[in-house]
Amino acid sequence: MKNSKIFWLLSLVLVLSAFLAACGGNDDEDTGTEKPEGNETAGEPDADQVLNLMESAEIPTMDISLAEDAVAFNIFNNVNEGLFRLNKENVAEPALADGEPTVSEDGLTYTFKLRDSNWSDGTPVTANDFVYSWQRSIDPATGSPYGAYMMAGSIVNATEIAAGEMEPTELGVTAVDDNTLEVQLERPVPYFMSLMSFPTFYPQNEAFISEKGDAYASNSDNLIFNGPFTLTDWDGTGLTWKMQKNPEYWDAETVKLETINVDVVKEPATAVNLYNSGEKDRAGLAGEFARQYANDENLVTDLEPTLFYFKLNQERNGEKNALANVHIRKAIAQGFNKQDLVDVVLANGSLPANYLVPTEFSFDENNADFRDVNGDLIEFNAEEAAEHWAMGLEELGVEEVTLEILGGDTETAKNMDAYLKDQLETNLEGLTINLKAVPFGVRLELDEAQDYDIQTAGWGPDYQDPMTFIDLFVTGSAQNKMSYSNSEYDALVESAKGELATDPAGRWEAMAKAEKILLADDAAIAPIYQRGAMALQQPYVNDIIKHPFGGDFSYKWAYISGK
Amino acid sequence: MAKYIGKRLIYMIITLALIATFTFFLMKILPGSPVASADKLSPEQRAVVEARYGLDKPLPMQYFDYMFGLVQGDLGISINQFKGADVTDVILSRMGPSAQIGFQGMVLGTVLGILLGMIAALRQNTWIDYTSTFVAIVGISIPSFVFASLLQYWFGLKWDLFPVALWKDGFMSSVLPSVALAMFPLATAARFIRTEMIEVLGSDYITLAKAKGASGSEIAFKHAFRNALIPLITVLGPMAVAILTGSLVVEQIFAIPGIGEQFVKSIMVNDFAIIMGTTIFFSVFLIVIILLVDILYGVIDPRIRLSGGKN
Repeated sequence: MKNSKIFWLLSLVLVLSAFLAACGGNDDEDTGTEKPEGNETAGEPDADQVLNLMESAEIPTMDISLAEDAVAFNIFNNVNEGLFRLNKENVAEPALADGEPTVSEDGLTYTFKLRDSNWSDGTPVTANDFVYSWQRSIDPATGSPYGAYMMAGSIVNATEIAAGEMEPTELGVTAVDDNTLEVQLERPVPYFMSLMSFPTFYPQNEAFISEKGDAYASNSDNLIFNGPFTLTDWDGTGLTWKMQKNPEYWDAETVKLETINVDVVKEPATAVNLYNSGEKDRAGLAGEFARQYANDENLVTDLEPTLFYFKLNQERNGEKNALANVHIRKAIAQGFNKQDLVDVVLANGSLPANYLVPTEFSFDENNADFRDVNGDLIEFNAEEAAEHWAMGLEELGVEEVTLEILGGDTETAKNMDAYLKDQLETNLEGLTINLKAVPFGVRLELDEAQDYDIQTAGWGPDYQDPMTFIDLFVTGSAQNKMSYSNSEYDALVESAKGELATDPAGRWEAMAKAEKILLADDAAIAPIYQRGAMALQQPYVNDIIKHPFGGDFSYKWAYISGK
Repeated sequence: MAKYIGKRLIYMIITLALIATFTFFLMKILPGSPVASADKLSPEQRAVVEARYGLDKPLPMQYFDYMFGLVQGDLGISINQFKGADVTDVILSRMGPSAQIGFQGMVLGTVLGILLGMIAALRQNTWIDYTSTFVAIVGISIPSFVFASLLQYWFGLKWDLFPVALWKDGFMSSVLPSVALAMFPLATAARFIRTEMIEVLGSDYITLAKAKGASGSEIAFKHAFRNALIPLITVLGPMAVAILTGSLVVEQIFAIPGIGEQFVKSIMVNDFAIIMGTTIFFSVFLIVIILLVDILYGVIDPRIRLSGGKN
């Protein structure tokens, strides 16, 4: 029984630790007492430039043509580069392109001059690398999820090639010479520059890919890079990888970080523990943790361009309902307090939304936010809501209305919908709300069948332009399964896509007008909030830039100072 | 013995074939598509992708293709988790950490559990016994992920004795996850050994041994313990299962590149080849453990004869 003492000790420690932990559950905020002193203003970069990060999932693929997930796009944004790149202000600026392109008068032909830049093996990046890459992505044989999605309808022949009716070589992109790329568009695309910063439009090295064959992109040894960093120590399926500064990058002198160590950590609590232990420099906060660390001095909040709103279905299962009445819709859209919702219920840095096109998302040629044009369109106002409600009931000739809110089955969604039910029932007399929480897949089915009254929906952008939101509610759109139809709205969207495409100011105005019709006049949807994301970030980390679309973050400008 | 094992091997193969078949068809009725962003693909592109993974063939054909590959040791190709990666490679690369923490947890738990159970039995109805029973109850009733979180918080973050998470510091990284996994086998073994030993200690032959003048330790180890082991071995199989299922969560909490966590994800995203590969891998593991347990019976207690009648 020599072991018995050790054994007793061990079991005692285990049992005690269980109790101690149970008692001390709420003092997490103290765990960072040994955190380095925060530097109020960013100082000189340290000698040691190592950033330690976490991802929430493995990399499914590093093949640019096949990538479709946030993790891969985020890495591409840092290890590769396209003609343009979103800068610190999230405006697309020339990257591999040597200045702005020449655009033909009809807005259909773009000619890009390329700057001198190299692949990580020292060979030059040429115009043909773009031609090869785009053709590879649009070729149906590649099975690229984003190829056709991003190119069809914009680049000449993309739609036909994706449908297998034409050869990929007929795509409207040609290498005039090694340093000149010409792109033919089917229609003017005003946000074309921001598309050029999207990974699907990055160049790919044909010689390298042919040489590697099936092994291409299977691990970091079988990849080639042209961005600020190179990917290393990735075995193809593992939970860990690194990014190292790429000496061949054309703007290498801007890049200060030498190494970025990334580990996949799927458990939010573990991520926070690793952050608190000092092992990691940044940890995303989900759910309960956002609330717990809401007052932490190292909290960083990023506003995302994702909007959540009520879809107000005017015709359930083919029959008009109360929501077909504009006063009823306005009453609902104005009948709940959004500020309290984001402050108390969500508590994750989200903003109340009185608009469709998110704030800090799209900018005109003078870098003015689209939001500045229209401002707030439909705000919380209990009195006005009650007035509209009374008018609506009168027009309908009823005294009571029962509506159903169809929502998600996550904890956050349920909390939010319960709050909204309470708000609406309190502010609108005679309204009864039934809540229906279902998994995402079921919600899609009910949406498709238009079998709901009110639905909480969300939308994130596909490209950096108000149109990615405004386009959703034209008559017959796949996202407009709520029988909303306004010919004036449709005409404005059509003109913004068509004749106004080469008139930035007129186009901007048309989209603003459309947004006003949708919300202020018709209250077709009821915006709720624009999503925020919270993270803890060590005070010595500077200039990690969060982007609204494409890869989430740029580390090109990031540096360590005062660690 | 050889005949018995031979027969068992045949049963094992049949069992595996049934499991593979059952899983295959169950998997096919999962809602959703294995092509992650099917909505973004044009019909032509989707056809190409489906043809690449053989998803365009009729279901029976897909089944025969899969089984034919399986017989040759080919577990197929991951569709969306790791586009194009060989499932055998994925499993092999993920198996190491899972096996290590699983094995360590099992050994640690069983050994400590046996000791705990023995002490409790030999000191029946003393405070030692009560404490050990308490530990056993705690170990059984609190799930491994709770232990994992507590261990991580106290031993990793607060006291800085072991890495908080991640698989980077060799053996040190495996300590906390192993301990978390050990709690269940520890508690189970302690309970079983205590009960069995108390029963054995009260039986006639122990009284006889005592009368013959056998020493306390001789009685405890040579007679009582050996007999108490048999029921414990019976539960080793289910315990291995518990370790496996427990490891899914423990791996996730400690961010260990293990296979359990991979399995769960593959089901969420309909990655057919990985679902099949890991199911088969787990099944083989369990079936082999059950066989080993059965063989162990005979080794420990000669009264149990495997092939029946070959005395």
